Parts: sequence; structure tokens; C-alpha cells
Amino acid sequence: MDFSGKVRGNKMGKYILRRLLRSIVTLLIVFVAVFMLLRFMPLNGYFPQEMIKETDEATRMAYLRNLGLLDHPFVQLWRFLSNLMHGDLGRSITVYPKVPISTLMAEKIPTTAFLGFWSMLVGIVAGISMGMMMVRWKNRLGDALGNGYILLVRAVPSLIYLFFLQIWVSRWLNLPLVYDKDIPQSWILPILCLSLSSVAWYALWIRRFMVDEENQDYVKFAFVKGLSRKAVLRKHIFRTAVIPITAYLPSDLLNIVAGSLIIETLYAIPGTGGLLTTAIKRQDNNLVQVLVLMYAALSILGVFLGDLLLAFVDPRIKLTEEK
Amino acid sequence: MQNTLNRIEQMHDSSLFTAAVFDQAESERIGVSNYSYWRSTFRTFFKSKLVIALVALMAAILLMSFLYPLFSKVDPTKVSTRSRNWNLRPSWDHLFGTDTLGRDIFARAWYGCRNSFLLAFCIALSDVGIGMIAGAIWGYNRKLDPIMIELYNIMTNIPSTVYLVLLAYIMNTSYLTLFISMASRGWIVEARFFRNRILSIRDSEYNIASRCLGTPMFRIATRNIIPQIISLIIMEAALCIPYSIGSEVFLGFVGVGMPVDAITLGNMVNQGRASFTLHPYQMLLPTAVLCLITVAFYIIGNRFADASDPRNHL
Repeated sequence: MDFSGKVRGNKMGKYILRRLLRSIVTLLIVFVAVFMLLRFMPLNGYFPQEMIKETDEATRMAYLRNLGLLDHPFVQLWRFLSNLMHGDLGRSITVYPKVPISTLMAEKIPTTAFLGFWSMLVGIVAGISMGMMMVRWKNRLGDALGNGYILLVRAVPSLIYLFFLQIWVSRWLNLPLVYDKDIPQSWILPILCLSLSSVAWYALWIRRFMVDEENQDYVKFAFVKGLSRKAVLRKHIFRTAVIPITAYLPSDLLNIVAGSLIIETLYAIPGTGGLLTTAIKRQDNNLVQVLVLMYAALSILGVFLGDLLLAFVDPRIKLTEEK
Repeated sequence: MQNTLNRIEQMHDSSLFTAAVFDQAESERIGVSNYSYWRSTFRTFFKSKLVIALVALMAAILLMSFLYPLFSKVDPTKVSTRSRNWNLRPSWDHLFGTDTLGRDIFARAWYGCRNSFLLAFCIALSDVGIGMIAGAIWGYNRKLDPIMIELYNIMTNIPSTVYLVLLAYIMNTSYLTLFISMASRGWIVEARFFRNRILSIRDSEYNIASRCLGTPMFRIATRNIIPQIISLIIMEAALCIPYSIGSEVFLGFVGVGMPVDAITLGNMVNQGRASFTLHPYQMLLPTAVLCLITVAFYIIGNRFADASDPRNHL
């Protein structure tokens, strides 16, 4: 009788539980740190511009007290967490005054996630094909072109090439300059721009992993058997080389809701891209808290799911820690 | 049979052969090749003409950006009150033209290079320096591992804008704020990188062999580990420069970067962007300089990494 599967499952369950607990601790520390940092901001930042001019000290204090900003930070923290348990994310203070944050997110996330999802697909398909092309024609023109592209995308600050792409490509192909929900042509450039860096990333790593695999014995054996280079690349090398990449897929998928600050500003996309930065600059504590909590949770969850997925697709990896 | 013996007899002619003298020193000589890690690294590195050209170009740009402010009499902050000095196209008087306030863009580009370089060097120094020390301790101390990984997760998850804005409130936007906010997070990323490399170097087969042969720890550290780490340090420091210039551009775009009157490449690009449609040269020329620098350092860093890998040595 074979119990190994059951034993392994049990150990894996324990491992997952411990990993989850540690992730929650990390998340809590990140959240509390940001929460406390925000309480060091000067009180003046909480008022809308006209309020500073027109109202007296007492009204302003009452305004702050109403928002609960004068309580002890730990009281505020407790209030936020207990509200969170009831599904109440609070309301935005300065960026979108008095709008519930849940409504805000429900409005903004679909736009960003829609563009992000398509750009992720473009990134994976184009990036992996590009990486394979670079290995297929290694040290020849295809490789040089691919390397040049990767070099430009990674070395030139993204703002610069995104700006020129918007100006020149939209003129050249006669595409709209800004995003519009109702005009599908205006989606092309933002999706393309969002995928540029992930194309470079996937191409770089697929190439590197495939080149590493090329020297393995099983690859030499496949050649000895008389298989063509194309077949070996596609059927033997690629399948092994793509495994380490899968660990990053969950993170990529979860991060589509984060959006890109530069691209959403350039194309005037009403998404989540610049929300965090704007909220921090304008001291919208409630909004910052929710966003930081959300992004940190997504990134920690992404890494966690990535490890699980890797253990699932790669039989060589066991999640149980060896003693 | 007899024939053969006779022939051997003939061959054994003492005039043809002399017995060698036994030499103690010669018999104990060990065959050592004159392989030198650094010589091979630099020979491989400078074999490429592209690398030679880029290193020369960067040396020239570096030299110029530090000498120009010393010897030039053009004031990069001098605003012209006459509108005929505004937005001049590039000419012999103003090689890169003038901006919307009549300031000479050529002079500003060199001052910007100098300031951006200084900022980038400081960030590279602190990131790689602190990162390497922290990474070495992290790699050698197993008990620290869970704590440091936790710290890494926490630090990379707190958006840097949070403390950038907070710092800006406490001490106004300046080079120092930008430096602190970028350096406070960069070191742990470098530390993780060095930790992984030190772990793999420490447990690599030649080091285990060295330890088995009884090589003292000091010799292992100085001959086996540090040379590898030094090449990593040079590579990481070179790659830090495009990274820090890129962050400077990004932070300027967000509006939490340098004060507007600071002359840096990032600020010049962001200011040129505003007038791009009317006067494209105001952005194109500083941007070209910036891209040249980041791309060159990126290539140099990567080529150096390749050259420092002993597998690529001849």
C-alpha cells in the first residue's frame, strides 16, 4: 500500500498553513507601518484649499474630530480594522471627498484590469515567442534585434519611450491620443505600451533559461537521436525552460488591477494607476490605507500562489522543508 | 630476437644518451598556469570594440560634466528678460538652443549631467556598499535568514512614495530627501542579491574542496570569495546608474522629485516635455544625452558581468 501521497499531502497542508500565517503577519506589519507613518503627516494637509482660507481654528478642529483624525492612532487603527471586518472600507477624505472607497474601487478597477489583462496576454505571447526566436537564431540577427529591444526597454527610463510612442505612433497610425471607453481603437496604444516591459521581461528570461537548458544531457541526447533543432527547442527545451516562468504568472495576473501611473496619466485612463500616489500626496489617509492593504495583499498572495503553482508544475520541487 | 637485442645494444650508446641529474627543486615544481582572474576579466571585457567606445564616451562625458561647470562662464540659471532670447533653436552661440526662459540648454545639460551623476553615484555607493555588507552577514548567518526575508517583504511592500512625501514634509524636497528615499529601499534589494550569490559561492564545489584541503578561512575569503564579489559590485554599481536616473525621471513626473529649480537630467526631461509640441529640440537633446548615459552604463554593467564570469575566459 502506498501512503506517500497522503503523507505528502498532509505535510503540504501544514506548509501552506504556516506560509499563510507568515504572509498575514507580513501584511499586518506593512499595513501598521504605513498607517503609523501617515499619522505623522501635518494636520494642515487634510483641509481642502478653500477651507484654510475661510474657516477659523475651532471649525477646522471640529472637522478633524468628525473625521476621527484627532483620536489616538491605535484607536483609529482599531476602528479601521473593525470596520474592515464589516466590509466597510471607509470614505475618501480629500481626493474624492466623502465618496465610499468601495464605490470608487468598483468604478476604477474594471478599466485598469481590462487593459491590464490584455496587455498581460500580449506580454506573455509576444515575450515568449520573442525569447524563442532569440534562441532559435542565437548569435544572429534575430538574437541581436531581440537584445536591442530588451536593452532599450530596460535601460531607457519608461517615461521617455512611452511619451515618444504616444506622440509618434498615434500620429503615424492615426490612432486616438487619449483613451476612450467607447472607441476600441483607443485601447490599442495603452495595451501595447503596458505590455512593452513585460514582453522584454519574458523574452529575457525565456532566452536565458533556454540557453541554460541547451547544455543539458537530455538535450544532447535528443540531438543524438537525430531530432531537428526546431523540434528539440520546441518539445524538449521550451517545456523545461518555461517552468520557472510560471512562478511569476499569479503575481502578474493579480497585479493587473494596479495599473501604471505613467500610462494612465498619458492616455487619461480613469483607472487605479495614479490613485495611490495622488492619495499620498494629498494625505487622503483612508484611501492610502485601503490601497496599501490591497496592493500588499495582492503582491504577497501572488508570491505565495506562484510558489504553489511552481510546486504543482515542477515535480522536482517539494514544498516541505527538509530538516 | 637476437637481431632486436643487437639493435638495442647499438642504441644504448653512451655517446647518444646521458643520464639526467636528479634535481630536488625541479621535481617539486608544481605546474601552475599564469592565469590571473583580473587580467582575464579585463581582456575579455575590452575585447569588444563597442565596450571600448562606450567606456571612452562615458569617461569623456563624465570628465566634461565635472569640468564644464568649473571652466565655463555660462550661467545655467540666468533667465533672459528679452523675449528674443527665448526658445532659440540650436546655433553656434547656444549649441542646444535656449529654453522658454532663455536659459542655455547646453550648459544646463552639463550641469544636469553632473548633478544626476553625483546623485546616482551616492545612491550606487550606499545601495551596493550597505547591500553587500548586509548581504554577506545575511548569507553567512542562517539564524538571520527568516528575519531578513521578513524585512525584505515588508520593505518592498511599503510604497516608496509614502516616505518620500513624508520626508519632503519634514525637510523639503532636496537632493538629500531623494537620496534617502531611494537609498533606504535600494540596499535591501542589493542585500538579497548578494546573499544569494554569496550562498552559491560559499557552497560551490571549489570552495568545499578548498575547505577540505584545510585552506585557512582568510585565504578562502580573500582568494575565492572576494574576487567574485568585487566583479558583482562593479556590475551592480554600473547598473545602479541607469536605475537611479530612471527613478529621478519618474519621481519628477509624479511631482515628488527634485525641486523645480534643481538642474538635473530628470527635471530637464520633464520640463522639456511641457514644451515638446512647440519646441521639440528642448526635450530631444537633453533626452538624447540621458538615454546615451543610461544605455551605455547598462551595456557596460552587463558586459562586465559577462566578462567577470570565468566560464567566458579564454
